[in-house]
Amino acid sequence: MLPAQLKPGHFAGYPEKARQVAVNNLELLRRLPLSYVPLLLREVIAYDWKFPAERQELDAQFVYLGALPQESLGRAMASFEAITLSPNLERFDWIKGPGVFSEQLSAHLWATHQINSFRRAAIEFMNAFHAAAPQSPPPMPRLTIVAIGQGVVENSYPLFRKLRRHGLYCAQVDSTDGWRTLLDRVTARAVAHPVPFAHWYIDGGSPQIISSANLTPLSYGALAPVRAAVVAKMRGMRKSGRGTEELRTALSQMRPEEAGLTGETDDDHVLNHFKMSVVAESSGAQFFSTTFVQWAAREVLRRAQPLTLLARFAPRQTERSMNELLAGTQKAPVLDPEGSLIDADMAAYYTWLNQQRLSGASQSSFLVWFEDHKEALVVSPSLPPGGESNTRVKISELLDWARWPDSVRAAHH
Amino acid sequence: MYSDCESAGEVFNTSLNAHSLRIGGMSLRETAEAVSCSRRDFLHTLTGASLSPVLFDAMPLNAAGSPRSKAVVVTFGGGARDDETFRPEGRENIPRLLTELMPRATFFTQVVNRGILGHYVANASLATGAYETFNNFAPVPPQNPTVFEYFRKDLKRPASDAWVIAPSNGFERVGESGHRAYGLGLGAGVILPKRLLAAALSAGRAAEYEHLLYDNYETPFYRPELQDGSAELEQIAVILRLSIADFIASARNLASPDELSVFIARRLMRQYAPSLLWITLHDIDIAHSGTYSLYVDAIRRTDRLCADMWSLVQHEPEYAGKTTMFILPDFGRDSDGEAGGNGFQHHRTGDPRSRTTWIMALGPGIRENVYVDRPAESTDLVPTLGSLFGFSARFAQGKPLAELFL
Repeated sequence: MLPAQLKPGHFAGYPEKARQVAVNNLELLRRLPLSYVPLLLREVIAYDWKFPAERQELDAQFVYLGALPQESLGRAMASFEAITLSPNLERFDWIKGPGVFSEQLSAHLWATHQINSFRRAAIEFMNAFHAAAPQSPPPMPRLTIVAIGQGVVENSYPLFRKLRRHGLYCAQVDSTDGWRTLLDRVTARAVAHPVPFAHWYIDGGSPQIISSANLTPLSYGALAPVRAAVVAKMRGMRKSGRGTEELRTALSQMRPEEAGLTGETDDDHVLNHFKMSVVAESSGAQFFSTTFVQWAAREVLRRAQPLTLLARFAPRQTERSMNELLAGTQKAPVLDPEGSLIDADMAAYYTWLNQQRLSGASQSSFLVWFEDHKEALVVSPSLPPGGESNTRVKISELLDWARWPDSVRAAHH
Repeated sequence: MYSDCESAGEVFNTSLNAHSLRIGGMSLRETAEAVSCSRRDFLHTLTGASLSPVLFDAMPLNAAGSPRSKAVVVTFGGGARDDETFRPEGRENIPRLLTELMPRATFFTQVVNRGILGHYVANASLATGAYETFNNFAPVPPQNPTVFEYFRKDLKRPASDAWVIAPSNGFERVGESGHRAYGLGLGAGVILPKRLLAAALSAGRAAEYEHLLYDNYETPFYRPELQDGSAELEQIAVILRLSIADFIASARNLASPDELSVFIARRLMRQYAPSLLWITLHDIDIAHSGTYSLYVDAIRRTDRLCADMWSLVQHEPEYAGKTTMFILPDFGRDSDGEAGGNGFQHHRTGDPRSRTTWIMALGPGIRENVYVDRPAESTDLVPTLGSLFGFSARFAQGKPLAELFL
């Protein structure tokens, strides 16, 4: 079937909001090439479970495409039109299963050496879109805080090597009440700007009790039932001899209800779908808490585009413990705090990189703290990159530096 | 189908938000040149390596070979980045390559892999010298003739003279293609140490060795269906002259699947002394679990195992003085700057850095402590082995690396 043949009834199986988006943009969808429409529908079909920021992006893309004169639209889609599809792909029911179509298209692009052309086409198109419809700056400067090294007594691993050139390294941090200070500051931001999914707290262990309803919590500990459901699915498919491709497809199609996630409000459902995707569609987050925190932070930044993110790493199990878990012989996991610190140090860098990819990056701030130890690093528009401080400083002061540029200047002078 | 490669949807999905603003920039060629430049400067500074003289008369065949020549190919896998290896911050992870091997080696700094970045299909492409396009997770043979078939058919070598030791059960068909002019009965023997170990262990003991049996870092529970391995086990035990009890006892002291592979390689070299031995290392692919420390540990282990293999080659009488060793990754991993990926964890984006690798070669007749910074491709390895041994890799897409030979 070709996009030109699309009718409203084809979207009858889509969730409510998704169906509305598709039908509202039917004329436009009919004018787009087959190598492109299913990928757009892959986003549309999940519209009901998307965060507000994602919906805005998708809406804006439809507005952008819809406003293009036919000739300009043709030029914008020319690279996608040039992609050669196989007869099997052309026959595939891409309306009902745009995700599976995407997987099969991917295989086809790699096998026919068209993946690079496709990537170029996607990137050029999206760059043109963002140039035409630039994102608004965030209502307040973004702040990301990462706490690493929980459980480490002594450390000889040089921390923050990749971040030092970007921020101020502090070697004499007073950690007294450090964690409570971070949590209070994040909660205060959530209270001051109560926007859904704008403030997040991710924990690699069990979550702290938080008082703000506007701070969205996500923790490795609390998601144990979800992880168990995902692992059970993996085991079941392995026993039945299913291959990797089928496994990935099956995991990506797991519903929150299958893992015991239920909710009442639209926001509950959005969050439950997100939790499911973080655990089911990642690699390693089912077994290692450090991977869970890094991947969840990456996905939160990419998808929800938050104003505030607090990510706290906890010790993960050892590789041997994971092997025992896979073999079904694990009794009690053995933890590896030192290895976890190295994981988290790299993850902190990735978290900063992902924050920098969002709008307002030049005004965003970032703090990473070696929990209960003396080392921290702050990246802030007002701090000199590559600096080092040996002055005794409290966590609250680090946060003020990130928050109040003038006070930083004063402190340094 | 190629599930450790990025899907079209992921490209698109990632591009949907502002992440895409920082995508793009240099082309594959530009990036490959930049990476090459970085590696070249790094090696020059650290080891004093110099630029290889430009060769105007490349020797396509029989460049250095003799009937006694042997070759060992070690893939530095699965997939390590320059950030953790051939850049200043990575030097601490590859001390043996840098201090023991590089002074004896020619190093190609700009080797591009234009194929599919899945481990089985990429290794098959290395072994055929042509970019294979089959399903990475399907138990199918390569479409083009393998180096083992060229070697055996052209040179009339027996089956015992070419072996592959592969990490994952999914590699069982890598030794022999489905090509009509070659194929059946002309390939290499393939030893899958994990399959042997699994066959040797009673069900109750498998858990003790789970760390050596772990098959696929991309999907932890994935294991291809295997036939009963007991007959194969007995056959291999005879070949290696190793009792099953000794095999199990030896495995107990090994820390990783790659150590098990090198253990098997050592036995094979001593018992059969094959002229063409191919070892695919894979521990580094633990990176898919997202644990940076385990990824780096695996790189350090691989560095040590490569040095151990070279030492073995130097000290085994059947190999000393007549063996060329090639070390190369099948491909890299995603760069930190690629928004569609997640840094070191995967090799899904197909970005230029994940496609730009290197080849190190050392042995008699190989230039020492020099680097070559012209563009080369992963598919050049098989024609180069053809030059070394004197066979024609007639279906390979690559060209011999003529600068290697004195």
